[in-house]
Amino acid sequence: MASDPIHQFNISKLVPIEIGGLDFSFTNSSAFMVATVVAAGAFLFVSTASRGLVPSRMQSIAEMTYEFVANMLRDAAGSQGMKFFPFVFSLFVFVLVANLLGMFPYFFTITSHIIVTFALAILVIGTVIVYGFWKHGLGFLNLFVPSGVPGVLLPLVIAIEIISFLSRPISLSVRLFANMLAGHITLKVFAGFVTSLSAFGVVGIGGAILPLGMTVALTGLEFLVAFLQAYVFAVLTCMYLNDAIHPGH
Amino acid sequence: MEVDAAKAIGAGIACLGMGGVGIGLGNMFGNFLAGALRNPSAADGQFGRLIFGFAVTEALGIFSLLIALLLLFT
Repeated sequence: MASDPIHQFNISKLVPIEIGGLDFSFTNSSAFMVATVVAAGAFLFVSTASRGLVPSRMQSIAEMTYEFVANMLRDAAGSQGMKFFPFVFSLFVFVLVANLLGMFPYFFTITSHIIVTFALAILVIGTVIVYGFWKHGLGFLNLFVPSGVPGVLLPLVIAIEIISFLSRPISLSVRLFANMLAGHITLKVFAGFVTSLSAFGVVGIGGAILPLGMTVALTGLEFLVAFLQAYVFAVLTCMYLNDAIHPGH
Repeated sequence: MEVDAAKAIGAGIACLGMGGVGIGLGNMFGNFLAGALRNPSAADGQFGRLIFGFAVTEALGIFSLLIALLLLFT
């Protein structure tokens, strides 16, 4: 392979900081997290700074994003779930902007590291557990006992429900991370085909048009995936929050 | 050398998982199309669910692709 497709995920220290033997360095990952927050915050701030009854284009985008997330949360968790709107909205916008920033050439994709997505997923599940127990007390455990199950099957069903609940943070984080990682590696591999094919002279350069077209198509697909994965992350967050708000099946 | 060969074989086997996702996605879009042709007015409302199912199913294929890529490049 001419160029290493994994190289784009390397973390490098920009400002080395070490406190008490622990590594707190400001890395390129941290830099892009800051860039993500600044980009999302600046966009929402600028687009809503001059509010008009007839929205401008920028204001429409901000309003559509708000409506989109609000409808998603209301459909999944009901009107009681709207108190979690700031949480879900921040998560959705953060993941979406991080995914989209990663699509620029030479930019770092922070969501392609499992520790970042796992931290987000643990935040979601932690919120669900803490809110569920705070709101319903031990009644939250009804979540693991589906109604209408015959008594003989109940122990088995409860075990399955608990395992499925515990695997949620893993599946939530791995889905996002694996999609971004595999997508970016695939892009790099196909781009590598272009250079290695064009080493074979005129015929190779003619043949290199195929992987080049494939790379363009894959870039389009990656933009779709970047949005879809942010959407899926937010929808699943809404569903899990719904479990915390209404634990009975 | 044997480890490299085993890695290549493993990557090939891991890619088999994507076949299952192909079946699943084909099922899903086929059924959506069949339903949408019977009742076109209800189709737009279910598009979000279709896309959601697409993303959740496609993620499983991505997992096996990820295993194959990790075997090949790490």
